[in-house]
Amino acid sequence: MVTSVTNFGRSGLSDWLVQRVSAVILGAYAIFMVAYLLLNTQIDFGQWQALFSNTSMRIFSLMALLSLGAHCWIGLWSISTDYLKHFAVRFVFQMVVGLLMFIYTIWGVQLLWGL
Amino acid sequence: MLTVSIYRYHPELDAKPYMQDFQVDTGGKDLMVLDVLNLLKTQDRGLAYRRSCREGVCGSDGMNINGTNGLACITPLSSCVKNDKLVLRPLPALPVIRDLVIDMDQFYKQYEKVKPFLLNNTPAPAIERLQSPAEREKLDGLYECILCACCSTACPSFWWNPDRFIGPAGLLQAYRFLADSRDTATEERLAGLDDPFSVFRCHGIMNCVTVCPKGLNPTKAIGHIRNMLLTRAT
Ligand code: SF4
Ligand code: SF4
Ligand code: FES
Repeated sequence: MVTSVTNFGRSGLSDWLVQRVSAVILGAYAIFMVAYLLLNTQIDFGQWQALFSNTSMRIFSLMALLSLGAHCWIGLWSISTDYLKHFAVRFVFQMVVGLLMFIYTIWGVQLLWGL
Repeated sequence: MLTVSIYRYHPELDAKPYMQDFQVDTGGKDLMVLDVLNLLKTQDRGLAYRRSCREGVCGSDGMNINGTNGLACITPLSSCVKNDKLVLRPLPALPVIRDLVIDMDQFYKQYEKVKPFLLNNTPAPAIERLQSPAEREKLDGLYECILCACCSTACPSFWWNPDRFIGPAGLLQAYRFLADSRDTATEERLAGLDDPFSVFRCHGIMNCVTVCPKGLNPTKAIGHIRNMLLTRAT
């Protein structure tokens, strides 16, 4: 057993699962958005706002946003442990990435729910 | 004439490694790479490489042949040489002791971690622990590994984390004992693999499968381990 305290979840398995599930959610969200924009090329602000004030759309968006944060964190954490061999460099990188993900997530929530 | 370019390094004489070219007359025969090395040894007695069985059984002569890991003794020139040029380097990622000889310590350490032996605390039967033919069949494609290290040293995840990622060879053996009906330590074995590195650093690139000279499939075994971990945890 290799010990690690900076990874996302409790174990390698949970990280792996979160990575897969979040990828599916992000994929579904991306397909939905692209399809929606292709079907509604003449979209106006009212329609856009109506879409995002719909509760199921809000849940879907929030889910995608949280997935994005988790997915990025797990991916970048993994990259940092592959390529950044110096402890201090790796730690600072992980902290910066973690902080950024946190900020983006909160900011994203504010944007989505404020619309 | 075949031009053979070989990685040379003698730690006591050379400041750093270099590539040395040799000319070899193969007599128009489709020799094995190991035969070529043996011919070169008559030109340069100092050339160092490992070999023993010369028939793909012992796993000693794993090396990087024209960019691909393989066993020199069972790799015919016709399968690897282009434009009469053969480039031989030691297996990547592990420290070089001399020329084509690498230090396999890290590789064996990872192998040791998976406890590659049968664990069973139930009283031993009078003669032997029996397996049904179906149970025995589960070990096919796993027990044949000769620990040549061609796979692990071709795996980028092993290159970056040789101390934390067990690597395809070790994981193939981990599954060999997880899949063995006579082994009773499944739970302990799985518990030791659940961290983010030991198994989960595998990204399924399948370099290991491409190079294995015994035609084994470590990626598939890793998938089985992952499924066992998933079943255990959900
Ligand atoms: S799995 Fe194949 S390549 Fe890897 S050590 Fe075993 S025999 Fe060699
Ligand atoms: S499939 Fe996994 S173990 Fe095999 S080479 Fe790729 S990362 Fe390494
Ligand atoms: S010399 Fe034994 S495997 Fe090649």
